[in-house]
Amino acid sequence: MSTAEVHTEEDHGHHHKETFVTKYIFSQDHKMISKQYLITGLFMGIIGIAMSLLFRLQLAWPEQPFGIFEVLLGKWAPDGVMDPNVYLALVTIHGTIMVFFVLTAGLSGTFSNLLIPLQIGARDMASGLLNMISFWLFFLSSVIMVLSLFVEAGPAAAGWTIYPPLSALPQAQPGSGTGMTLWLVSMAIFIASSLLGSLNYIVTVINLRTKGMSMTRLPLTIWAFFVTAIIGVVSFPVLLSAALLLIMDRSFGTSFFLSDIFIQGEVLHYQGGSPVLYEHLFWFLGHPEVYIVLLPALGITSEIIATNARKPIFGYRAMVASILAIAFLSTIVWGHHMFISGMNPFLGSVFTFTTLLIAIPSAVKAFNYITTLWKGNLQLNPAMLFSIGLVSTFITGGLTGIILGDSTLDINVHDTYFVVAHFHLVMGISALYGLFAGVYHWFPKMFGRMLNKNLGYVHFWVTAVCAYGVFFPMHFIGMAGLPRRYYTNTAFPYFDDLADINVLITAFALIAGAAQLVFLYNFIHSMFYGKETVQNPWKSNTLEWTAPIKHIHGNWEGAIPHVHRWAYDYSKPGHKEDFVPQHIPLKKGEEELQH
Amino acid sequence: MNIFLILSVLVLIAISIWQITKIFELSQAKKVNTQVANDSDNNLNGKLMFAFLIFIYGITIFSFWAYGDVLLPNSASEHGADYDNLMWISFAIIFFVQTITQALLHYFSYKYRGEKGKKALFYADNDKLEMIWTIIPVITLAGLILYGLYTWTDIMTVEENEEALVVELYAQQFNWKARYAGEDGVLGDANVRFLQDFEGRNLVGIDATDPNGFDDVVVQELHLPVGREVIFKMRSQDVLHSAYMPHFRAQMNCVPGMITEFAFTPNKTTEEMRQDPDVRAKVKKINKIRVEKSKELVASGDTALDPYEFDFLLLCNKICGASHYNMQMKIIVETEQEFEAWMNSQQTFAEVIQ
Repeated sequence: MSTAEVHTEEDHGHHHKETFVTKYIFSQDHKMISKQYLITGLFMGIIGIAMSLLFRLQLAWPEQPFGIFEVLLGKWAPDGVMDPNVYLALVTIHGTIMVFFVLTAGLSGTFSNLLIPLQIGARDMASGLLNMISFWLFFLSSVIMVLSLFVEAGPAAAGWTIYPPLSALPQAQPGSGTGMTLWLVSMAIFIASSLLGSLNYIVTVINLRTKGMSMTRLPLTIWAFFVTAIIGVVSFPVLLSAALLLIMDRSFGTSFFLSDIFIQGEVLHYQGGSPVLYEHLFWFLGHPEVYIVLLPALGITSEIIATNARKPIFGYRAMVASILAIAFLSTIVWGHHMFISGMNPFLGSVFTFTTLLIAIPSAVKAFNYITTLWKGNLQLNPAMLFSIGLVSTFITGGLTGIILGDSTLDINVHDTYFVVAHFHLVMGISALYGLFAGVYHWFPKMFGRMLNKNLGYVHFWVTAVCAYGVFFPMHFIGMAGLPRRYYTNTAFPYFDDLADINVLITAFALIAGAAQLVFLYNFIHSMFYGKETVQNPWKSNTLEWTAPIKHIHGNWEGAIPHVHRWAYDYSKPGHKEDFVPQHIPLKKGEEELQH
Repeated sequence: MNIFLILSVLVLIAISIWQITKIFELSQAKKVNTQVANDSDNNLNGKLMFAFLIFIYGITIFSFWAYGDVLLPNSASEHGADYDNLMWISFAIIFFVQTITQALLHYFSYKYRGEKGKKALFYADNDKLEMIWTIIPVITLAGLILYGLYTWTDIMTVEENEEALVVELYAQQFNWKARYAGEDGVLGDANVRFLQDFEGRNLVGIDATDPNGFDDVVVQELHLPVGREVIFKMRSQDVLHSAYMPHFRAQMNCVPGMITEFAFTPNKTTEEMRQDPDVRAKVKKINKIRVEKSKELVASGDTALDPYEFDFLLLCNKICGASHYNMQMKIIVETEQEFEAWMNSQQTFAEVIQ
């Protein structure tokens, strides 16, 4: 059914000779670049998750020495007892890696690259060269971030938000020396990579859609990637400016963020700067970043839920509108991270207002997903399970946002484990589920083979149980008043009764970690030995499944298919099959839904 | 020993995960080797979806049953009751929505699990429904926003007045100091540049040329009189810190180079809190844990832990370096007379620098 139609259009499929280097390494083909992003992202993910398991061990059994600490951390864990500075370094790098390297580059980079050209019917990205440069900058920044783990005084340890003065002064903590310099350099390169990628995505979606692919016929995946790229272009440069100013404060003695400091018996010369300014700049990206991570996951979910429910996504227009609303609002809510930073309380009121507004489009999305399931014929493939799981954690995590977004309530739970529980569920786990759902769903498109579904089911169910097991009880220790980023809470007898909960959380975390090995095995094994896929294994409507299984330069042999309908004609009355791909013309008298 | 234990647990987990895989395999008809879900997959996973709903409810109920007593410690400030009200109202709404939506999501996943030959309902749009679930959140949130902002303005409006006690909280890596304004009720000017004056006896950098500073009192333990408004002026000498006092529903960052403010009125003394039945139950529970732990410690030749007694806490809640986890100060709330007596026994800045 793939090339049901032949169009009289010139063939762009240019086949020049490819060497190993141009095909696998410095490739300009979006499909190869997407695989490169995925594999680099997964590698960084392994590091990030492994770090979380190390500090979870420390939190559950704070006084115990662990051999594994000595093996992995060496001189930073003498006799197996973790050093407090290393604990802070672990949480810092865990956060940085998971937010930026796994859930921004690994998720968006992989699926925007794979799906934008394939789903809009383009031969490749608008600029293959920029795309290649974007990946290699990301790779370089990953290498620098990993290298920073090996510097003498340890990697950056000021929290992933690296607030100055802690991050600016090497006297304040060992991680703020070379480790922090490398962190900043790595992130500056990362931002450059992200900007190049985003610009490419935007231009491609605007210019290279095939005939008939109007914006209102775009699959929701593309809408999500497109809007995400726009948020990235708007907000990432601001983080770059924050990083550059911080580099100047650190290395050239300027005072953008520093003032009146006495440290290690010495008055420093800084005058007139303010750390609050840094917080504004950081969160101007930092908050949209949450949606840069989450929107692609929601886009992927929309596509997978519709395909596997064999139903049109409910409320396509409302879904697009809510993506746009979330994107707009996400750029004017950053101050809710700063209610108690010392900024004017009136400003806090404004940010409370804008923040709680985000709950509205989010609620619309959640209800639309649920309605899409209603009276469907749900094909519970692993990708579908992860998508349903995403909706579940998105709701659970999103709801506590109503508490944190309220400036009043934030006073007592700010920076406690309540926050940790909230954002891990709503953006960490949810986005990770989006990534997994995407991998299970498009693995056949990427590698021409299927992932093993049974391993997929085990992976999902163990992960799903553990995700709640880890993060649900965490709300309680947060409400009890336990601050995050504490190396141990044994310094306060008041928190002694929370020790049990910490052990429970760590137990779930370890099991969850083990479950990811199942995925890793499945991924690597199936890449080489998985069952070979058929053209359109999930009976999906979108264009990528009309392209040949074997990857070719230019995506389609012959002409690019034209588009005649939206992507969600599943189970449409009047058709024999329960799906009607986008390139099938309308039948005589068949109405296209108005959207 | 430890590493062995952990390794064996991990191995056991791995084996059990492997065994679960077998269940999925056995539940499938052997004949088709495709990696797309078939009817038996849909059936099994649909039922598991329903089971998962029960799990979510279960873990919620379990958490409240087992850990409910640690939630939101008893408040000890005047605005604490308002804060708690808003919190519980928000929580009630959240729980209501959570219970319903999770039920619908997982029940639909179970109910409509796929079957060969079944056809889904082609149902793409319904503006009325979209309207309903836009309007309902709008109304609910409007209520929460108004209530929240009203409370916020109430808490955050700090007005200087004769009655109030002005206290400076001074943060540094890794401890807290407090400065009282003394007789004149005015804190003397201060800056980190003066920290090295008087051979380090000028602990918070008071400007010795400002006469308002002479009667200031600098201490390492925070005493507050009950029933009187306390206006905190916060400073930091090195990096960001955050003064977090959970029992008073109070928190504010301490920012080098600027002075931040927070005010509250304590309405229970430390002694009253210690008599509170909830607090007593908590202390009893903690001491039981400490006794158990002490037994182990003594057995391995260490000293036993001290028994715990309730005190109000001031914690640092903004990452500030290696000992961030142990940057604390004891807060004692007492009667006005006790407070005066304690204050009179302290040295003023003028006395310290003589």
